[in-house]
Amino acid sequence: MDIHEYQAKNILAGYGVKIAEGGLAYSPEQATQRARDIGGNVWAVKAQIHSGARGKAGAIKICKTPDEVFSAADALLGKTIVTHQTGPQGKVCSRLYIEAGTDIVRELYLSFLIDREYERIVMIGSSEGGMDIEEMAESNPGAIIKIYIEPAIGLQDFQARAMAFSLGLPASMLSQAVKLIEGCYRALRDTDANMLEVNPLVINGHDELIALDAKMDFDDNALFRRQNISELRDKSQEDEREMAAADRGLSYVGLDGDIGCMINGAGLAMATMDMIKLAGGEPANFLDVGGGASPERTEKAFRLVLADDNVKVMLVNIFAGINRCDWIAEGVVKAVKNIELTMPLIVRLSGTNVDEGREIISKSGLPIIMAETLADAAEKAVAARNDVIAKRQGE
Amino acid sequence: MAILINERTPIVIQGFTGKIGTFHAQDMINYGSNVVAGITPGKGGVQHLGRPVFNTVKESVEQLGAEASIIFVPPAFAADSIMEAAEAGIKYCVAITDGIPTQDMMKVKNYLKNFPEERRMVLTGPNCAGTISPGRAMLGIMPGHIYMPGDVGVVGRSGTLGYEAADQMKALGIGISTSVGIGGDPINGSSHRKILEKFEQDPETKVVLMIGEIGGPQEIEAGFFAKEHMSKPVVAYIAGLTAPKGRRMGHAGAIISSTGESASEKVEQLLDMGVTISPTPSAMGETVAKVLASL
Repeated sequence: MDIHEYQAKNILAGYGVKIAEGGLAYSPEQATQRARDIGGNVWAVKAQIHSGARGKAGAIKICKTPDEVFSAADALLGKTIVTHQTGPQGKVCSRLYIEAGTDIVRELYLSFLIDREYERIVMIGSSEGGMDIEEMAESNPGAIIKIYIEPAIGLQDFQARAMAFSLGLPASMLSQAVKLIEGCYRALRDTDANMLEVNPLVINGHDELIALDAKMDFDDNALFRRQNISELRDKSQEDEREMAAADRGLSYVGLDGDIGCMINGAGLAMATMDMIKLAGGEPANFLDVGGGASPERTEKAFRLVLADDNVKVMLVNIFAGINRCDWIAEGVVKAVKNIELTMPLIVRLSGTNVDEGREIISKSGLPIIMAETLADAAEKAVAARNDVIAKRQGE
Repeated sequence: MAILINERTPIVIQGFTGKIGTFHAQDMINYGSNVVAGITPGKGGVQHLGRPVFNTVKESVEQLGAEASIIFVPPAFAADSIMEAAEAGIKYCVAITDGIPTQDMMKVKNYLKNFPEERRMVLTGPNCAGTISPGRAMLGIMPGHIYMPGDVGVVGRSGTLGYEAADQMKALGIGISTSVGIGGDPINGSSHRKILEKFEQDPETKVVLMIGEIGGPQEIEAGFFAKEHMSKPVVAYIAGLTAPKGRRMGHAGAIISSTGESASEKVEQLLDMGVTISPTPSAMGETVAKVLASL
């Protein structure tokens, strides 16, 4: 789960990390009021959307007068912002964070994340802040410092000092650097975050270290014990269909193609999508219905896939392990009747009670196209999709 | 032979008396697995499915010589159960539970490292379908009947894709020595590489099929091992050619978050390491058949 910059900064501030003074605004009037409350003569008006790379997308505006703050806020609020991380559909900005301008002397980079190879939290730093860390890893890997943290004892002072020195900080700033670094680590650990990124971490004119931007991403599997974090969820930033799916216990990812998919198991779902692509088609979605595909669940899954207007045919691929093909077949037949499905439906069943399952479908009298193998299912789906397109063009 | 489990391995079920534990324990017993007991803290002393229930794993090890365990405990308590098994002297543990927090798994892995290697419990999973040595023992939730005994070792992240592979092989008359699910989580008990090491040592296994997916470094690490240290051929399929970057595809660990984690990059590197790639998910069986025929 992602959260907004201002929420991440709030969490960090609770761990003693210095942030610039700021406040939230939902209207241009509020934005100017915030700027006046903060005082000074430079403000940053920052669109709060779940995405990095906002600066390049024009979603962060530096303003010198309250009037400029007003027009910046007016321009950003309600706007769909497209960054290279949001995808072409972008994300709607419905709140702004108004922050006091910071006189930046140096920009640094600091992040913490779970390293899957070492199976530990790794602290990553670079004396070149404000850059995309992935790009930096390729262009100048030597400028990146990595320090691994032992899970049982946590981050040690010497490690925080090593990071501070590697970032090129002077001895006079050591104690505040250690405090900030350890605060960030504890924030990540205590909230079950997968990732915490401060980019840039800046040194201002008063030799203070300030988290100028902050990003956190949390482990969904740990939200059950992080009530305060779950409450930070902003559903407006998430894909509507994916959210609806998650609420129904289904795992769904919307894609650009037109062959709707309903499959049990994440691996088989990915493999089926691959097979569609290899057969010359494009999947409209990833959808794992999970182990217990009851008739109710099957119908919900159908409705979810069909809510995507691009879908022209639908492919169901179930390998029955714990459940049985005859149950699934009954569920599919019921769902097709209830939904009054009109588009071509290709069904491939395999595993426990496969013959009984196929019989139920063939006896149903519904125009369901049965497939034997994974390859057969994908080829039939692509062929049916091409027929639909040809017919539409003929009309 | 097979690896990890056979018909004699004494098995305990952690989370025995719950609905899911009961269902799958019965299935394993029906398959012929040597289930000797179950663990449900607070219910020790009663009988369930004709087996004794213990309060602690330790009691089952001391009294009945339990060697393997399988975990059906809910995510919030699963890490604790894994560590209990390790401490009690269980040699091999399968964690079925889906949804264990990543930081809990970090602690588990760290805890296991406290034991000297010869006494360290082998863990596979979490978020997996388990392990089966066809015709001998099943320590998992898979449909046992789709697996035929034979000489191909299978290791994979996904449950149903593993079933798909077993089914394709069975249709071609190819059997399996052991099939191991390592699970779809970002931090798991055993990597692909760990399981390849075991298959390399197993005289019964002639070829290994590795079923990988997007995300993480484990398939490449396994490829290096296969190239440097294995005499047996490895066949691989990597799922997720169509998966977009930065999106989680069902499994918590199936996400392309950095360079080298996409399916096409993994396939390219594995080819360089001499691994035979199954070009499509429906060609896993025939690719294994070709490699077997060339031996």
